[in-house]
Amino acid sequence: MRIVATGNRAVAEAVRQAAPAVIAAYPITPQTTIVEQIAEFVTHGELTSRYIPVESEHSAMAACIGAEATGARTFTATSSHGLLYMHEMTNWAAGARLPIVMANVNRAIGPGWNIWADHTDSIQERDTGWLQVYASTVQEAYDTTLMAFRIAEHNDVLLPVMVNLDGFLLSHDMQPLETVEPGDFIPPLHLPHAIDTAHPVAYGPLTGPEQYFRFRHDIEQSMRDAVKVIAKTQVEFTRRFGRKYGFTDDYRCEDADVIVIAMGTLGKEAEVAVDALRNEGIKAGSMRLRWFRPFPELDLKGRDVVVIDRDYSFGFGGVLARSVMAATKADIFSVIAGLGGQEVTYDDIAGFVKNRRIGDELWFKVNNSA
Amino acid sequence: MLEIRIHSRGGEGGVTAARLLAIAAIHDGKYASACPFYGAERRGAPVVSFVRIDDRPIRVYSQIRKPDLIVVLDESLLGVVDVLSGLKAGGTILINSAHKMEHPGFATYTVDLTGIALREELVVSGSPVLDTPFLGAIARLGLITHDSAKEAIAGMFSDPRNIRAAEAAFREVIA
Repeated sequence: MRIVATGNRAVAEAVRQAAPAVIAAYPITPQTTIVEQIAEFVTHGELTSRYIPVESEHSAMAACIGAEATGARTFTATSSHGLLYMHEMTNWAAGARLPIVMANVNRAIGPGWNIWADHTDSIQERDTGWLQVYASTVQEAYDTTLMAFRIAEHNDVLLPVMVNLDGFLLSHDMQPLETVEPGDFIPPLHLPHAIDTAHPVAYGPLTGPEQYFRFRHDIEQSMRDAVKVIAKTQVEFTRRFGRKYGFTDDYRCEDADVIVIAMGTLGKEAEVAVDALRNEGIKAGSMRLRWFRPFPELDLKGRDVVVIDRDYSFGFGGVLARSVMAATKADIFSVIAGLGGQEVTYDDIAGFVKNRRIGDELWFKVNNSA
Repeated sequence: MLEIRIHSRGGEGGVTAARLLAIAAIHDGKYASACPFYGAERRGAPVVSFVRIDDRPIRVYSQIRKPDLIVVLDESLLGVVDVLSGLKAGGTILINSAHKMEHPGFATYTVDLTGIALREELVVSGSPVLDTPFLGAIARLGLITHDSAKEAIAGMFSDPRNIRAAEAAFREVIA
């Protein structure tokens, strides 16, 4: 069915169809309309989930952990400071192998107090064991949320998935949305280690170094297996519903001399920059990164690469740029842009490509040299 | 791609106006996106919303700097905000006003949205509703079809006065 929806509405719609047994959430700008919409679904009986209006994000994640441990599908949504407030519990969710799905509406971290798009919030969850995916359109936010449940709950994964969408830019942008009937695309959850009162066992006891180390290794093993599960799920999604998704969304990359890499809406806007550059005879392409964890293999051999980070690791560099460098040894011009909702247009992105200085770092509109 | 910038004051329905326009354009079979610029809004403060309409999916998220059409829902903004900023040569302006206006080099239209809303007793929380009659005026300018305008309004508001107001605005645009 074709409807018109915001990014947040699209997420809520996908959640309605995935029908989690438990949803626990705390509202925060710009995520609020996701949980408002879900609360409305529950109120009107369109969703039979148990909706727990908790007193904080830490509690939201704790409630999801408790519920998911019984084998119940759960969902939560947050943003920015809410996500950081969850941080202790996000680690727990992954460590306890609970396939919780969460939407994070990317927003800057204060101070200075700022409600606009920035990836610093989710990037700070990089090493928790959560899978991370970034959407760039309303349709993609919807499709990806549906896929997130299937991927997280797959027996070879059993890790939580965070679906990210840019605050306001995508969360509040209204676009056409084609909804589907997911049917058995999202099979019922069978959590192998679910609490079973008939066979009581202890959860979360003290774990010695040797066992602990194995658990950590198991998480990494599942992250690697997740690569296959994601690939298969995306192929199956295309087979059933037509729309195609990869680890990256490649646009005019085949013969490109220079490739722009970004996540979220900036990666979509980069396609318009690529078209403009091509019209000027510059062979540019855009490789929008969808999956940040697990980090995909990227083929960038022989091309210049311009990486745009909407985040920063102080004392080191743009997290995406440094990740691409580590994973590919590519020649990179690192652009730090869009922090705190800074306006970045396709003209600006074309400018980054034309004026690229491989090996350098640019803070857009702040400095012009590394 | 057609780019529209809507100027209003917080609480006047600029965001809903943008959304109604995008929905109507999508009903017409086009692609569209509607995005308000979210700042530190409060009632009465100048705000802007953006709408893009195209035959292809829209990939741009940045603000509209060079619009094809500028809409001013609150006449009092004319001396406060540079509403014409970036308007393309030969572009169009639609102003909520009871008076005919001229802006040399641009096609200027006015329509008394406030008067129409008051006449239809379309008043919410003490403010006349401007967004639904706005859509009627936009249909008159030919950006969307009359049917899609009605369908978009009916999909969001059940009160039939909204459609009546839109039809009145359609008829009463002053060129």
